[in-house]
Amino acid sequence: MNALEYAVDMRGIVKTFPGVVANDNVDLQLERGKIHALLGENGAGKTTLMNVLYGLYRPDGGEILVGDKRVVFNSPQDAIAVKIGMIHQHFMLVQAMSVVDNIILGLKSNKVVLDEVSAQKRIRELADTYGLEVDPDSYIWQLSVGEQQRVEILKAIYRDASILILDEPTAVLTPPEIKDLFRVLRRMKDEGKSIVYISHKLDEVLEISDRISVLRLGKIVAEVLTKETSKVELARMMVGREVIFRLSKTAAKTGKPILEVQDISAVNDRKALALRKVSFTVGEGEILGIAGVSGNGQRELAEVLIGLRKVANGNVKIGGVDVTNSSPRKMADMSVGFIPEDRVGVGLVMNLPILNNAILKEYRNFSNGPLLDYAAASAYTERIIKEFGVKTPNMRYPTKTLSGGNLQKLILARELARDPRLLIASQPTRGLDVGATEEIRSRLIEERSHGRGVLLISEDLDEILSLSDRIAVMFEGQIMGIVQAEDAKLEDIGLMMAGSKRMEA
Amino acid sequence: MAFFTVEKRLLPSRRLNIAAPIVSTLVALVISAVPIYVGGVNPLYGYGELLYGALGDKLAITETFVLFAPLLLCGLAVALAFTCKFWNIGAEGQLYSGGLFASFFAVYATSIPSVIAIPAMLAVGFLGGAGWAAIPAILKVKLKVDEVVTTLLGNWIMTYAVEALLFGPWKNPATGWPESPVISDTTKFPILIAGSRFHFGIILALLVAVVFYIIVRKTKWGFELLGIGGNQTASYAAGINVPRQIILAAIVSGGIAGLAGVGQVAGIQFHMTTDLSPGYGYTGVIIAMVGALNPIGVVLASFLLAVVVQGTQAMHRATGVPWALAEGMQGIILLCLLVGIFFTKYRLKQGRRRS
Repeated sequence: MNALEYAVDMRGIVKTFPGVVANDNVDLQLERGKIHALLGENGAGKTTLMNVLYGLYRPDGGEILVGDKRVVFNSPQDAIAVKIGMIHQHFMLVQAMSVVDNIILGLKSNKVVLDEVSAQKRIRELADTYGLEVDPDSYIWQLSVGEQQRVEILKAIYRDASILILDEPTAVLTPPEIKDLFRVLRRMKDEGKSIVYISHKLDEVLEISDRISVLRLGKIVAEVLTKETSKVELARMMVGREVIFRLSKTAAKTGKPILEVQDISAVNDRKALALRKVSFTVGEGEILGIAGVSGNGQRELAEVLIGLRKVANGNVKIGGVDVTNSSPRKMADMSVGFIPEDRVGVGLVMNLPILNNAILKEYRNFSNGPLLDYAAASAYTERIIKEFGVKTPNMRYPTKTLSGGNLQKLILARELARDPRLLIASQPTRGLDVGATEEIRSRLIEERSHGRGVLLISEDLDEILSLSDRIAVMFEGQIMGIVQAEDAKLEDIGLMMAGSKRMEA
Repeated sequence: MAFFTVEKRLLPSRRLNIAAPIVSTLVALVISAVPIYVGGVNPLYGYGELLYGALGDKLAITETFVLFAPLLLCGLAVALAFTCKFWNIGAEGQLYSGGLFASFFAVYATSIPSVIAIPAMLAVGFLGGAGWAAIPAILKVKLKVDEVVTTLLGNWIMTYAVEALLFGPWKNPATGWPESPVISDTTKFPILIAGSRFHFGIILALLVAVVFYIIVRKTKWGFELLGIGGNQTASYAAGINVPRQIILAAIVSGGIAGLAGVGQVAGIQFHMTTDLSPGYGYTGVIIAMVGALNPIGVVLASFLLAVVVQGTQAMHRATGVPWALAEGMQGIILLCLLVGIFFTKYRLKQGRRRS
């Protein structure tokens, strides 16, 4: 094939971090007008490779050709200059500024007096061309996550990008938003843009890409045409072993109610009502799944249940004891385990050693008067990180050295080792790779089979359906209905998620 | 064209942590050599005088330690508060508050034997500093008032309050000077090296450093403070009583700064005075940062600073380099140390500009 047919040709890229080879002699050829998926587990080196292409990291070896020119990037400015654009997982937008201002922010062509009128005209044209519907005059804080992503894409296109890198673009989107995104990506492909699509989600990659490169442990293990591969094959290449997609699950033996929530109402951080008279129970040995598009009160519900948020009305009982508006300490003492949706923000202290995080709830039990018995704490940490398969060379390393899956396993180890009666798991597998997801889901089922009550809050409908014994659907802070998982109809759940149906089991 | 980019180090290197302050100090000496030379003095001769003046004989060494004690206590005070991200910039005011309370006690404790009077005076001084730090801590926890502002303003309130007292009602009746009456002999710190000012407060400061080490590295409370400093939300969610620990940390921090004030009153001045500290509380902030909040680091940083302050004064006296230059050199050394610490956390990567 003629080299000119490649939009980007990365050859032998090597990038090392202290103790890890993130990219080990990686080749990647992006064909013009194609969508090339970069598939791999967390920590496989996908984002590192693309950060190299976007000028954020300097490679330790290898070369990059854009078109037929060899390039060396010292900063993203250099990458943008050769028409490469990147949409990060975490958006880089100024909340208090309008869409137009965000898009033209930092452009070299800006004059002292900004020409917003023509900028707005061009943004509207581009939005029309690619189906990126968004009002150029609205402020970023007014936009949904999906709309913000469109602004990021517009920003790249406005800068004339012909090569676009999208890093896990669907991680924050709802199913309908994902559909919209794919429509946009196909349109961009038709207009001749070349796209790198980073993901660990097999179904999406199969749906949207033309070609797939699979990365494992920093190396390209396979490059295949999408139409010639299958989900099972991709999963095997990605994880390095066979993956079971169906979890076996015995029938629930639901015991006494462990969590009873009655008519609770609470406000969110903006003082708007986020929970409206929510009632449900979770029994021992049962997984109650809370389905719903995120932002419908799930986060607030979890926060209420572990003591991070106060309710205005209603009450919460654990094992029959009223614990309404108790502190997190009291909830932990009541044997409630918590896997927060925001692992880094709420779950862990990233700069401290793994040891400190492993005992963050349990440290009071390693006391020797006012002193902390670090020897006993180390032995305990050693045991639980082994039992839960947290991979680290040393438990005294800062927690930030762990990969996403290992961070989640560390939280799981900390919470489950305390033998909780009730486990609140919020988005427990979000952003995790296939292998870690499978392990964590099996673990949740196992815990429930041991008689623990599990409240599973997830936007991943597959996860809700395959794990839950009963399913409650939340919409705008209300429970729209609770159904038995075995006779749940996907259609009904979808309607409840959209707020257009109510059901009682 | 060669150029560099900055990258964060994932793991700090032990070797670098030791090398960085040494190299930084050497760099600072090289930089300072330029103005010393321009000032008409051979820098090597100047540095010789500096070292001699700080460590050259018994008088020099003991005086360096006299300076070391309040610097160390203020550095530890700030470091403890910073460990849980309570930004206490008010060690200066807490030092004065501690000195004031301790001298109230010490002036009138004439009939109490030393074995009781000195510990009691230390306790009163500790509480004086602690109480002054508690106010901004409570304001922060209860009303979310920024402690940087309140602790800083507290310094002015306290130093002016002390001046008002000493120029007014508590003026020394014997001399008419703006200083308190002399404290009771029973409350003066014992001198540990005869013929010098090497007083008990210096040993006390080192003991506090040991206690600091035990608190942060060995106790449950220290574990909680580290957690709060690293991630307040996660610590609270895990069941740590964040507001209470922050208030406690502020109180202990203020108390340690208060002890620095006690040391100046009972070891050096023997009165409460309006010039108890030439800014030890502010220097404590820099010492805490340069010492990376680590007790050993804080001890070394305060000692280095004591040597530099003592030595530059001697250099000024012996060689006639301007006084401003001596003070400027302290700034150059601290700045170099901060840059050195930066490189223990970040690394430079070399690259080439696109031609």
